[in-house]
Amino acid sequence: MLGEQIIKGMAVTAKNFFGSYVSKDRLTTVQYPEERLPQKGNTRQFPFLVFDGDPEKGLRCVACQICEKECPPKCIYIIKSKDKKPDYKGQMQIYPVTFDIDISVCMSCQICVEVCPFESIKMNTEFELSTDDRFEGLLLHKEQLAKSNEYYRKLHPDDAKESDAVLAAEKVKAEAKAKAAAEAKAKTDAEAKAKAAAAATAPIATPPPAK
Amino acid sequence: MFDKLDQIFVNALHWLASFLPEAWRPLVSALICIAVILVVFPTLFALVTVLERKGLGRIQNRYGPNRVGIPFTKIRLAGFGQFIPDGMKMLTKEDIVPRAADKAVHFLAPVVLLIPILLAYSVLPFGRNMSIADYDAGLLFFLAVGGAVEISVFMAGWSSRNKYSLLGAMRAIAQMVSYEIPLILSAVTVVMIVGSLNLNEIVRHQDQFTFGIAHWHVFTPWGFVGFALFFIAALAESNRTPFDLPEAESEIIAGYFTEYSGFKFALFFLGEYLGMFAISGLGITLFLGGWTAPFSFLTWIPSWIWFFAKLLVIIFVFIWIRGTLPRLRMDQLMNFAWKFMLPLALVNILVAGVWHFMGAGALRWLVCSAIIFGAYAVLGRGLMHNQKLGKRIYKFAE
Amino acid sequence: MSPFFIITAVVTLLGAVFAMSLRNLVHCALAMAVAFSGVAALYLQLDAQFVGFAEILVYVGAIAILIVFAILLTRSGETPVKSVLTSGWWAGIAVTAMVFTTLGWAILNSSATPKEIPAAPVATVKNLGDALMTKFVLPLEIVALVLTLAMIGAVLIALKEDKSENSGRKP
Repeated sequence: MLGEQIIKGMAVTAKNFFGSYVSKDRLTTVQYPEERLPQKGNTRQFPFLVFDGDPEKGLRCVACQICEKECPPKCIYIIKSKDKKPDYKGQMQIYPVTFDIDISVCMSCQICVEVCPFESIKMNTEFELSTDDRFEGLLLHKEQLAKSNEYYRKLHPDDAKESDAVLAAEKVKAEAKAKAAAEAKAKTDAEAKAKAAAAATAPIATPPPAK
Repeated sequence: MFDKLDQIFVNALHWLASFLPEAWRPLVSALICIAVILVVFPTLFALVTVLERKGLGRIQNRYGPNRVGIPFTKIRLAGFGQFIPDGMKMLTKEDIVPRAADKAVHFLAPVVLLIPILLAYSVLPFGRNMSIADYDAGLLFFLAVGGAVEISVFMAGWSSRNKYSLLGAMRAIAQMVSYEIPLILSAVTVVMIVGSLNLNEIVRHQDQFTFGIAHWHVFTPWGFVGFALFFIAALAESNRTPFDLPEAESEIIAGYFTEYSGFKFALFFLGEYLGMFAISGLGITLFLGGWTAPFSFLTWIPSWIWFFAKLLVIIFVFIWIRGTLPRLRMDQLMNFAWKFMLPLALVNILVAGVWHFMGAGALRWLVCSAIIFGAYAVLGRGLMHNQKLGKRIYKFAE
Repeated sequence: MSPFFIITAVVTLLGAVFAMSLRNLVHCALAMAVAFSGVAALYLQLDAQFVGFAEILVYVGAIAILIVFAILLTRSGETPVKSVLTSGWWAGIAVTAMVFTTLGWAILNSSATPKEIPAAPVATVKNLGDALMTKFVLPLEIVALVLTLAMIGAVLIALKEDKSENSGRKP
């Protein structure tokens, strides 16, 4: 019959119309910015620097400038410091006085994260960074980039676990090396001391060789 | 008490006019009525644009506009203030007139569109004793000024000096002229049964109740078909989907108002929606009982509330159809008008005559329904028979 | 002569004059539509509602469109280069005045026009319908026949063009 399909079509639209008030799957709009969809696990936006404990003294970055050289659009600007500060392993490392990322240039390729040997630069997920100042407002400095390790754990839990494991392994290795070095040093010290003691208690028969 | 509420506007008009001397009263009361119509219906137009966007959104599984309530405040009003920034946008856009355009005609086209449509509101009965002009041939007046809209469409298309505007205008005029015939013929059946062209008389004829149900014309076989034909023809006259080929947004040529921008475009838009309301108002008057209540226990609700409630229901159905149906192509449109609607309208006139001469009783219901159903089935089959739906054949590419 | 009548008459006459004298043919057609609506307003002032509304419906709504379509389809809408008035226009006016006075004198003094103006007949739609169905039913049927013939002729003309081009394709 003519018009039958039209009536069926109108029934479908009516179901949509009235259903959109009652059921959620007939109205799937997420009303940004009041509601937001949860982000997926491997979302990435722009990099940030990780610190352990204190933003100045616990900053993991040692200004090796590998990320600056590897960055394809060259959006990282690092100025090294003149003095050194101890890192998480206790060794004295230089630190970056200036660490700027220009997020109007950054293309979120994550190469800086892949090449960093010190687990100190990771990808953040914050994207609501619009500002009306397109030069200074889009140049993030070290203070804005430094975020704590707890923040990183909350953001990417699995990656943070891996990173912590790597750092812990490094620390263990360093401690083992330090212990071995200390043991070796103690052994040589003890040997030297024993030799000196033996030399001190021996009869003065032979003059000691010229030292 | 409800009678007073029913006549509240009429009494208010008389009270306002009583402040003036006798000679001035007709003129001033006419001016007040005109002012009220000029306020009420554009406001309704503004609300309907928002309602349409929200309604279409809900049909399409999304919200419509739901943020703008009162501008410059945080009050949201579920988005019903959207027409304010829309209106401001239309008013502040630059008014571009093409260099080769016919300036006088280009300027006058939106004006010539609006004037007949606003004139048409003067005969519609919005409530008991509430029509501005009570002509003896009111229906003919309405249909006459509805026909004057085509001149404006032609003026708009011609004056733009644009081949595509002209094509769009020609197609729009062809569509409007073709669909005027089923419109008028379905209105003729009402005139045949009521015996008068006076719109108030037509509404009074429907103000009787049998078993508690009103004598609306849509409840009779000829009235039902007449209303269906009238409704489809009204869709086509006001260029609404599925007949909006002349002005569709996805057509590269926006049709006859391609070269209009800013306030003139707003006037075209306003004219189209006001035409939609006017023709819905006529459909309500002819078939849906005008300002009468459907059931006899509901007559205490004021008459003008009934009229506007029915108007809103019809507007909702317009929006519903817009959200459901795809657009008809030009030749499909014309086929439908001339090969289906016109024969069915003529059969409807025959059925109205049979109804009138058969006298009251159950027999005439059966006979008339049978005739209409038979004609509909035959015509529908004829219309669908010509469709060659199947694998597409290419005449030149192999 | 009420002011309404004067205004309406002036508008009608201006529309008619512009319909003859404007350079752009489409403007002439639109001016003619203005003249038609002026005539309709005159009918309404004479309280002949049906005729007035029918005038708008038929003349402005259909015949003006028809004329405009004819202009468009014959592509003569370009503005003429020379003036629309020929060189001997004053002779034309003289001849027109003479013919008008002759005809007017003949009509006024003939026996067809009554000496006293009869009372205006009641021209409600019902009376018109009654008259059409009883006294004037033969002209009505003939007019209907002529209209049907015109429509069939139009369809035939349109059909023949299509049939000669593509056989089998629906028009």
